Amino acid sequence: MEISVQEFKHCDLVAIKGRVDSATAPQLAQTLEKANENGKYKLVMDMAALEYMSSAGFRALLAAQRNCKKYNRGEVVLANVPDRIREALELAGFTELFKTFDDTLTAVGHF
Amino acid sequence: MQSAQFIAKFEFLDEIREFVGDIARNAGFGSKEVYNIQLAADEAASNIIEHAYEGVSNGMLEVSCGVKDGAITIIMVDHGESFDPSAIPMPDLKADLSERKIGGLGIFLMRKLMDEVHYETKNRSNVLTMIKRKR
Repeated sequence: MEISVQEFKHCDLVAIKGRVDSATAPQLAQTLEKANENGKYKLVMDMAALEYMSSAGFRALLAAQRNCKKYNRGEVVLANVPDRIREALELAGFTELFKTFDDTLTAVGHF
Repeated sequence: MQSAQFIAKFEFLDEIREFVGDIARNAGFGSKEVYNIQLAADEAASNIIEHAYEGVSNGMLEVSCGVKDGAITIIMVDHGESFDPSAIPMPDLKADLSERKIGGLGIFLMRKLMDEVHYETKNRSNVLTMIKRKR
């Protein structure tokens, strides 16, 4: 898994590449916590290059969503969610907890 | 049925997913089914590593996998603490963000993704069997 963070005026774009499982999810969680520590609570997760995500990754996203939404200071939104991952998120009842966008431009523009 | 031994560490989840994924793909399961079989195997193995082998650094996980009559069977055997998955409450998928519990999500996904999930403990081994039929 590789993560890159790009700062925009109104949000940060977090691109996740590769596979997120129990081995790599802590790195994702740390990246999102660090963004929060730096006062960044509006986060777009770009999943275009994401190949796989287990519930360990869902857990990291949920923790970030909780922290970002506190005091209405922001939120985590998802962009370019691959079909397989969207189906698993739906199965887990997670799609109701995150706004999803078909492309990063619209997602970034949401903020 | 093919069998392989894996070190019970998260770093080997990739190999476990590849092991069951190759067998499923070669048996003609579609890409969506292969993904879901790999996800179920990952969730099962993650649970074993996290719970059965909690605090154990040299645990082994034996994974057996085979396809017969259009159904794939995955069997995972560990020698860690036995735990009763039925004792873990189902996650409330309607709960809002602040109430949402993450525990039990892996087991929930395994049950949703596979047609059958069984656990048993015998001779100090925990045996998890998962079956999925080709659609």
